[in-house]
Amino acid sequence: MRVALFVTCINDTLHPRTGQAVVTLLERLGVEVDFPAEQSCCGQPQFNTGYRHATEPLVRRFDRAFRDYDYVVTPSGSCAAMVRDNYPRIGAKAAAEGRGRRLVDAAALAVPKTYELTEFLVDVLKVTDVGAYYPHTVTYHPTCHGLRMLGLGDRPRRLLAEVRGLELRELPGAEECCGFGGTFAVKNPAVSAAMGADKVRQVIGTGAEVVCTVDNSCLLHIGGTLARQGAPVRPVHIAEILASTEGSPR
Amino acid sequence: MSGTYLGMPAFPRAAAAATRDSRLRANLRHATHTIRDKRAKAVAELDDWDRLRAAGAAVKDRTLRHLDHYLEQLETAVTDAGGQVHWAADADEANRIVTRLVRETGETEVVKVKSMATQEIGLNEALAEAGIRAYETDLAELIVQLGRDLPSHILVPAIHRNRSEIRDIFRREMASWGRAAPEGLSDSPAELAEAARLHLREKFLTAKVGISGANFMVAESGTLVVVESEGNGRMCLTLPETLISVVGIEKTVPTWQDLEVYLQLLPRSSTAERMNPYTSTWTGTTDGDGPRTFHLVLLDNGRTDTLADTVGRQALRCIRCSACLNVCPVYERAGGHAYGSPYPGPIGAILTPQFRGTEGTLEASLPYASSLCGACYEVCPVAIDIPEVLVHLRERVVEGGPVVRNGVRTVLRPARGHAAERAAMRAAGWAFDHPDALRRGMRLAARTRRLHPRRLPGPGRAWSDTRELPAVPAESFRDWWQRTRGTSGREGSAE
Repeated sequence: MRVALFVTCINDTLHPRTGQAVVTLLERLGVEVDFPAEQSCCGQPQFNTGYRHATEPLVRRFDRAFRDYDYVVTPSGSCAAMVRDNYPRIGAKAAAEGRGRRLVDAAALAVPKTYELTEFLVDVLKVTDVGAYYPHTVTYHPTCHGLRMLGLGDRPRRLLAEVRGLELRELPGAEECCGFGGTFAVKNPAVSAAMGADKVRQVIGTGAEVVCTVDNSCLLHIGGTLARQGAPVRPVHIAEILASTEGSPR
Repeated sequence: MSGTYLGMPAFPRAAAAATRDSRLRANLRHATHTIRDKRAKAVAELDDWDRLRAAGAAVKDRTLRHLDHYLEQLETAVTDAGGQVHWAADADEANRIVTRLVRETGETEVVKVKSMATQEIGLNEALAEAGIRAYETDLAELIVQLGRDLPSHILVPAIHRNRSEIRDIFRREMASWGRAAPEGLSDSPAELAEAARLHLREKFLTAKVGISGANFMVAESGTLVVVESEGNGRMCLTLPETLISVVGIEKTVPTWQDLEVYLQLLPRSSTAERMNPYTSTWTGTTDGDGPRTFHLVLLDNGRTDTLADTVGRQALRCIRCSACLNVCPVYERAGGHAYGSPYPGPIGAILTPQFRGTEGTLEASLPYASSLCGACYEVCPVAIDIPEVLVHLRERVVEGGPVVRNGVRTVLRPARGHAAERAAMRAAGWAFDHPDALRRGMRLAARTRRLHPRRLPGPGRAWSDTRELPAVPAESFRDWWQRTRGTSGREGSAE
């Protein structure tokens, strides 16, 4: 089984700890993981803002980087959803514009082997107890693309439930969007901030020390709002919680 | 807020103002959360909801694919049943037809059933210019009309008003439109409803002309269908001598059997009821029963153009249930008026730019009025993938491309005002396609990270006014991997 880590641009540049946590976690579970350096951004910021054609080189790059692997694992619900939902659309539109089937083929290869981290753990490795130890109170925010585009369901919660020392606090209104939405956060800053303020109020209300998600992009917004308010809640990616052990706590 | 949607500002500005209105936000939050929870329960009662939803989408898609056929079948059936059918290519033509039809009756007052299509074309304003007064008879539309306001929700047009505001409007305005509000009117729902009932009853009993829309038109029999809760619609549909219905062409369903699917989907999705209180159906005219003259005005107004777009056409499945509004976190904060059209919320954000084109400032901003959270798609009873259409329309705004306008294929130029963004996207696209360059940039950023400002100037304030910036780490993941594991694979640059 050849497994590649698709770390995503945001984790590569701003949250390397999350990528490191995925490597630690997968290796602990006996999975040999590779990091093909040719990888880059999935193209979601461009695509979701309307620049579909600017996304195409990144689809081709994804294809080149991961072509030789059986599985592509990514610690991001929204980047996984970008590949799964939108790469086929990009391929179909390119073909309809008379530019051949190269992107259709790239999407067809990428879609079935791309997994968000918690999907890979639960569906492919068939584990929910990953041997983690994390002695903190945690609340879980299911990010929209993980929840509604990928249909992650209760996978992340099942994984968290098996973490020793972890106390999970229910987040009221959990399924409501935090207000990040990529460029939405700066194109509609007032509404984005209002949504963020409501989300953060709920997070603080749980009394948890940590708010966790499967997406650092949403955590950038939730954590940035928490930090501006001086709230003591820490934003932590689920991979870092699952990678944490007694011997090497995070 | 008064009278017209014309010249409204782009969504972000109007929405920002709404987020500062704490009473509006409280009203909207309470109302949308109440109805969204009730809807979830009503839908959960049916174990075949997913199949109903798939059928709702499939029937509409099939109908839209052969819309020319079904519309002609409908016209024939309506005509055979004693009605008259008129075809309106756009709002102006529809307004001219309706104005002429009302004038031919010699009347100067009409009563109206709640109707989205007549709001879309600005019929009340057009009639007013011709000296014809249109009375809204739906309770919420009455509140909106008396308040010289605009509707802000498809199903609950006065959702932005609370009880005490409604009492004030009734006390202040009812007298100038007809029967005044009773002395000492309180804000109890029963008293408010009674005041509206007394006020409206006069209108129903005197009006000679009724104007309606329709939720559905059954092609095989030429039957129109209005689904409502109050019964006021039925008054308008049955008491006047002349009935004029203005209906978008996409409201067609082929048969009564098809209609059955929507009569299950619509009430549960909109009012969270198993069945709505009043479903009125009429087929042409019937001697001694109801209006003696019936006109059907079939409205295009951008629908055929929308049908030409293979991605965007799914918006025409919409049955105006408003479930997407009630779950939308953006609608909840921005309110309906910010969408600048009778169609607010997620569905409005994909209907308005298609019906009107994306060239206007407001229309170009609507596809961006969403965080793409997908809650709208999840609840849509006809499975319109609203996020997909939003992104598709964003592309139309920033990249331009082929569209059909007034039946003519044309190529749109990219919208103005996106030059800086386009340059930034190109630069980002280039950087992400040149990982070596990106890595050098990241190393520079890491070395200078202590110097990074905590708040950004200019456009960056949109982020940092309310949120801290993330700290740039000392080492990127890429560099960590190379340092600890060595390289693997080739990094390469653009092909």
